[in-house]
Amino acid sequence: MSLLGRLNLQAIQHGWVIAAGQLTLVGVMLLVLGYLTFTKRWKWLWREWLTTVDPKRIGVMYILFAGLMGLRGLTDAAMMRAQQAVSVGGNHGFLSPDHYQQIFTAHGTIMIFFLAMGLMFGLINLVVPLQIGSRDVAFPFLNATSFWLYAMGGMLLNLSLVIGGFAATGWLAYPPLSELAYSPGVGVDYWIWGLQVAGIGSLLSGINFMVTILRMRAPGMSLMKMPMFCWSVLGSLSLIIFAFPILTATLTMLALDRTLGMHFFTSYYGGNPMMYVNLIWAWGHPEVYILILPAFGVFSEVVATFSRKPLFGYKSMVWAIWGIVLLSFLVWLHHFFTMGAGADVNAFFGIMTMAIAVPTGVKIFNWLFTMYRGRVRFATPMLWFMGFVALFTVGGVAGVIMALPPADFQLHNSLFLVAHFHTMIVGGVVFGYLAGLTYWFPKFTGFKLNERLGRYAFYCWFFGFLLAFVPLYILGLMGATRRLDHYDPSLGWHQLFIVAGIGVAVICAGVGFQVLQLIVSIRQRKQNLDTTGDPWNGRTLEWSTASPPPAYNYAVIPNVENKDAFWAMKKLKTPLPETRYESITMPKNTIMPLVIASFAFALGFGMIWHMYWLSILGLLAIISCIVIRGSADEHEYVLSAAQVRQTEEALKERYV
Amino acid sequence: MSTKTKTVVGVVIAVFILFIAATYLRSANIPVLEPAGPIGQKEKRLIVEAVLLSLVVVIPVYVMLVGFAWRYREGNKKAKYSPELDGSRPLESIWWGVPIILITILAVIAWRSSHELDPFRSLSSTKPPLDIQVVALDWKWLFIYPQQDVASVNYFRMPVDRPINFQITSDAPMNSFWIPQLGGQIYAMSGMATQLHLEATKTGDYLGESANISGEGFADMHFTAAATSQPDFDAWVRGLKKSPNILGQTAYDRLARPGHDNLVAYYASAQAGLFDQIVNKYEAPVYFAPAEAGL
Amino acid sequence: MSRVETARQEAESKTLFGFWVYLMTDSVLFASFFATFAVLRNSTYGGPSGETLFSLPFVLAETLILLTSSFSCGLAILSARQGQKNRVLWLFGLTFLLGLAFLGLELHEFSHLYYEGNGWRRSGFLSAFFSLVGTHGLHITAGLIWMAVMMSKVRSAGLTPFNLKRLTMLSLFWHFLDIIWIFIFTVVYLLGVAS
Repeated sequence: MSLLGRLNLQAIQHGWVIAAGQLTLVGVMLLVLGYLTFTKRWKWLWREWLTTVDPKRIGVMYILFAGLMGLRGLTDAAMMRAQQAVSVGGNHGFLSPDHYQQIFTAHGTIMIFFLAMGLMFGLINLVVPLQIGSRDVAFPFLNATSFWLYAMGGMLLNLSLVIGGFAATGWLAYPPLSELAYSPGVGVDYWIWGLQVAGIGSLLSGINFMVTILRMRAPGMSLMKMPMFCWSVLGSLSLIIFAFPILTATLTMLALDRTLGMHFFTSYYGGNPMMYVNLIWAWGHPEVYILILPAFGVFSEVVATFSRKPLFGYKSMVWAIWGIVLLSFLVWLHHFFTMGAGADVNAFFGIMTMAIAVPTGVKIFNWLFTMYRGRVRFATPMLWFMGFVALFTVGGVAGVIMALPPADFQLHNSLFLVAHFHTMIVGGVVFGYLAGLTYWFPKFTGFKLNERLGRYAFYCWFFGFLLAFVPLYILGLMGATRRLDHYDPSLGWHQLFIVAGIGVAVICAGVGFQVLQLIVSIRQRKQNLDTTGDPWNGRTLEWSTASPPPAYNYAVIPNVENKDAFWAMKKLKTPLPETRYESITMPKNTIMPLVIASFAFALGFGMIWHMYWLSILGLLAIISCIVIRGSADEHEYVLSAAQVRQTEEALKERYV
Repeated sequence: MSTKTKTVVGVVIAVFILFIAATYLRSANIPVLEPAGPIGQKEKRLIVEAVLLSLVVVIPVYVMLVGFAWRYREGNKKAKYSPELDGSRPLESIWWGVPIILITILAVIAWRSSHELDPFRSLSSTKPPLDIQVVALDWKWLFIYPQQDVASVNYFRMPVDRPINFQITSDAPMNSFWIPQLGGQIYAMSGMATQLHLEATKTGDYLGESANISGEGFADMHFTAAATSQPDFDAWVRGLKKSPNILGQTAYDRLARPGHDNLVAYYASAQAGLFDQIVNKYEAPVYFAPAEAGL
Repeated sequence: MSRVETARQEAESKTLFGFWVYLMTDSVLFASFFATFAVLRNSTYGGPSGETLFSLPFVLAETLILLTSSFSCGLAILSARQGQKNRVLWLFGLTFLLGLAFLGLELHEFSHLYYEGNGWRRSGFLSAFFSLVGTHGLHITAGLIWMAVMMSKVRSAGLTPFNLKRLTMLSLFWHFLDIIWIFIFTVVYLLGVAS
């Protein structure tokens, strides 16, 4: 076997569409490298970002990386819509079937694992330690490692654009299609190893933040006084802890099938493809709630703040979260009622699925009643909330319909299903995270985002969404299945596909406004400075510290007595405790997380291209890194009381 | 523009869009909502019932969303402001209770309909059922008529008002067999046979397709399900009998090769037990030496 | 106690809690492999089943060795708490050797099966068997590496509070693997031979 495994020059992808993608990828990289060199920022990059263990910075990196991935995923979406708008009858569009299939596989994979999960962990990193009044996460080193594993997984996956090609199997790569017999290339391997590397990062993050929330809350903050965002995240983390190991195991089994010739999911030799479908959804359904719960948490904070009222029905909300967490493990079979498991099984899972609508509905009513007798200010985060309720309710109804097994027989794998889950994931998850980003943006930059451009972006997203997905609901009822690279004109689908294409263009305009918003806001930051640390008249602890907060978050750890801790402090005008600065222990910067993740990248790359020596080297290097890290004792440094005082006084000066 | 003008313009645009949409939908052909058989009919009714029941929750949500947003907007100083209001047991009981009742009703519907419309359940009828065996191939559909001993590819015919017993398998990756206008789908999987029971009550050519991605030619994997009168069906079978093609092992192997030309083909006869052979080929052979296991 | 020490102690208690959470995720991972094994146990594709492949006395020997290693690991932790460095070292040395012996036996079983023509490509059942037992074996290997590192650290730095916490986690890990093995012994071997 050659040293390069199955990698050779032919592996470099061709074709003008791909070439455009490759040029963009390489061009952006060169541009960034050039900019860094030109502005002499390498040292800065190293010191402030590459070696950082500060969750606030890691959060920013998560969001930036997720943003880039989102642009890739959006490009994929636009290409799919463009293809379906033109590829009718004799015209086969500008994408070959295989290429089209790679694109929708990449779209789904990237949007779920790298956009949504990235934004989620970004927000968790930024907000959770601050909200619980903590200086850091439980394991800062592990946190940085999680981020770099996530980023390296994403890069590994995107490398397929340049060499080799991606899976053409749909985003969950059902066997036997994803087995060697039907997908002999490297595409599925890219899918497996990209997700494996990123997925382990997510799992470690889950453990880390679980411990952070349960063990590092400020004194006095009992669980039932915790901000609702933290509760939602805790629910989501519990799901991660129980669901992600299933993903790791399932991906491992598929990889074993493909590299060692095992027979977990093959058609022959006693393999069982149906088992894969069960396993992947035993992870996949909780995954949906992993993503949506933190978005629910964001809305709970946003609605309360902008209605200037406490969240309605706090206890109900907590119960609803745990109801959802529990039920989300009992519904996975609703993704394949059409497999023929029998009426009893189908009915059971259908009923469990509908049951989830109860806690979800309770949450919606509680949010609405938070507005009731409030003083509602329609800043952009609140607009996202309004859009969310409008879309999510419709999507929920579609979900309840499909929870009826016989109705699902007519809607399964049709565009109706596609429209349904996009309503939930765009209307729920994406709107939620965008609301959260706008809401917490001033906390981490020290200035607010431009409101007007934010509103334009929202309206484009909202109406673009309706234009893009209402046609898909109808197309589904017309019998249009998902994943078609072309179709017959006699079916009468063409006009609706064109409307959907226009819708995606409008959404793209919304994203354009968001990019513009970011640029304009940075340029005009002087006009939107947040000098108080509390730009929205907030209710929770994070607004009590400076914007942006110092590395240690709180010079003096706050004492919590109420649910909306900061609101109560403001209202009771609690005199600030006499500031007695103390020394603070902080974790040292380290490059090790990036090094470990890079070796994980090498390991994955070796497995994809059958360069087993590289994988073994990568694995040994990772083990060595862990041993070296575990052997050294001094990972912390102490910030003296005098240094803390100096920092705090500098912050205060800035505010005057 | 004042808020009032904006609202008026918005309403006018919305009405206009709704009008266009309604006109379009009236002329469009929507198979799932225009079923041509009892199964599709019942499945459609189920969808409609679920939507109507959901309205009990959806309408209040929309009314409150718009109503509260309008009434309690920051600028409206006339509205009551209760900055401490943080819950209400009676109110919360309502929105725990009402959805639970609704879901209980839906649960009963789900349980009953899952059994009534179980795809494996044969339909009761005064007429004898027709057996059709379906094989999903890369990327085409093979239909075998064991009673008539004929076979066809990408096109099949059935008499109206007669229950059809489909037995479905795959000799390729997993597919899903779906004729939207007749009723819901079921997966086609290698090494096993799933069942689907449908009936057409109206004559016509219906779109049939695969709803689960199965590789490069997946988009071409559609077929025509033609429902005709019994005499027309008999005539079609007689016509097939005159076809020069016989579906033996060689012909089948050739057919099973991947290809996406989506041609229609007919066979005067099919090898006896072909369907079972296709299902069973994924089982272990009787004698199987370890050496062959690829070690 | 200085503030820095308090902070460190807090950090250590977090680490221990975090390790428990990790063990929980690992149990889910094993549960997935157990579930697939349960599904595939009869998918022998005309090949041999557990009944003809497994030798109970052999597996019983493996089990006893691993149980003994768990016992010596427990004794080692007790000694560590009492600060008896040398005892800790030789007890962990014993645990290490027993673990190594277990791994050797497992590899012997694997190679025996493989060269008899009953490798992981033979059937779904054997794929599931090799993966489940092999995943446990990989964990044992990781545990052995960890043990070796810890022994050298205890030898050089003594039973510092830091080392003591690490040893506690290592022993948790080792007992955890023991419990997993009991399940493997029952589900894979005992039930495999019985059916």
